[in-house]
Amino acid sequence: MKGALMEKEEKKDVLLEPPEDQRKRNTSGEVTDLNALAEGNGEVHVRTEDFSIFYGTNEAVKKVKMNIPSKHVTAIIGPSGCGKSTFLRAINRMNDLIPSCYTKGKMYFDDHDIYSQKTDVVTLRRRIGMVFQKPNPFPKSIFDNIAYGPRLHGNKNKNELFQIVEKSLMHAALWDEVKDRLNENALGLSGGQQQRLCLARTMAVDPEILLMDEPTSALDPKATAKIEDLIAELRGEYTIIIVTHNMQQAARVSDYTAFFYEGILIEFGDTKELFQTPREKQTEDYITGRFG
Amino acid sequence: MAVHLQREIKRLKELIFNLISRVENNVKLSVKSLKDRDKKLAQQIIDSDVEIDRMEVDVEEECLKILALHQPVAIDLRLIIAFMKINNDLERIGDLAANIAERAIFLSSQVEPSMLIDFTDMAGKAQIMLRKSLDALVNFDLKEARLVCSLDDEVDQMYREILRNIKEEIEKNPSYSEIYIQLLSVARQLERIADHATNISEDTIYMVEGHIVRHRDKTCQSIE
Repeated sequence: MKGALMEKEEKKDVLLEPPEDQRKRNTSGEVTDLNALAEGNGEVHVRTEDFSIFYGTNEAVKKVKMNIPSKHVTAIIGPSGCGKSTFLRAINRMNDLIPSCYTKGKMYFDDHDIYSQKTDVVTLRRRIGMVFQKPNPFPKSIFDNIAYGPRLHGNKNKNELFQIVEKSLMHAALWDEVKDRLNENALGLSGGQQQRLCLARTMAVDPEILLMDEPTSALDPKATAKIEDLIAELRGEYTIIIVTHNMQQAARVSDYTAFFYEGILIEFGDTKELFQTPREKQTEDYITGRFG
Repeated sequence: MAVHLQREIKRLKELIFNLISRVENNVKLSVKSLKDRDKKLAQQIIDSDVEIDRMEVDVEEECLKILALHQPVAIDLRLIIAFMKINNDLERIGDLAANIAERAIFLSSQVEPSMLIDFTDMAGKAQIMLRKSLDALVNFDLKEARLVCSLDDEVDQMYREILRNIKEEIEKNPSYSEIYIQLLSVARQLERIADHATNISEDTIYMVEGHIVRHRDKTCQSIE
């Protein structure tokens, strides 16, 4: 399935199939801080160099140098307006939709320059999927929600589509709850189910990175727990980058945590270390609630 | 959120500081009761240990409440964890003071003053360690905390010295062996107090620096 899609896409985009041998490989298995990552101890999936994002004249993200490890969960925390969601959206170029928004510096996905003119944004967003704060299923059936992406990418084979739908829903731990009503409207699902459906929809096109922008802030504790369980299960298979206001959630689900403040990446390191012994005073002030 | 947490931590500090002063006082008085052969004072120390036990439970409940309700992180988390452990050490030191007081009662009716082993140096050193460990805790003073760790060897050495002396005395006067066993027990309690003071200092270092320095060398240096 992936191969078929890849072949089709390969003709129009340089962003496909990164040369395996050029990827940085994790030799130690441990990345304790930003510097270690920068030195290439971790297998880096997304890398930025002096990456800035502007809204008109306002510099929302300032010269961020960050190496996001592959197949781990990285949480981005920080107060409102610190640039964390802007940064997340920049990874699959969702900010392109904002007319006044432009970037400086470099952001790489594997070895591909995300902001290169040659980059096909549609393919980029297929490989880097996104789940938003509020569940946003299409007003279609559960089946069609999941099959939408693969169909858009040219897959018309009913059997294959069904397999993708089943696999994606199983992946999102939703299959058992909806398998008998795949043709019902997705808007009839509960909020938590809708969010898992959105996750399944994202996974249906076989992405490598999942971006999550406060994926549980609109959910109750039980639905939140399910999404968090899911993140734990998907770790190792996908690179997950999650923006969250809930610091306990960041502490629970992530391997690495980045703290942004006023557009600057203040600290980025092992989640356990960051929450027990943060290196920067600003991080400590924020996570202990002494801020401002 | 932070205001509530800081208010709770302030209250917790008050509780543990009260416990500290009570425990420190009991250690001081237990040594005095031994030296002065003061049965009444010794009994007061034994009786007041119940109060220390109650205070220990209060501190622990307060720590558990803060953990459950505020889910502290970073320095706040380390402080609660360190306080919970130090709380146990303080309660144990209280017990050891009561043990010394029990020996004091026994010895006051048994022994000629001239027969007593001189505990002045060892008791003095153990009390200095306790004092410094508690000062380090209250003031977040790493230098003082490390000093306490390095003093523990000296108290251990004093204990071995007393043990050797008591062995010799028992060989000379086997009929007094029961008394000498009691005296050895006093030395043992003092040595344990010094150990707990060291624990308190190690947890203070953890609280301030975030590094676990137990089972390292005696200077309690952190490894980055």
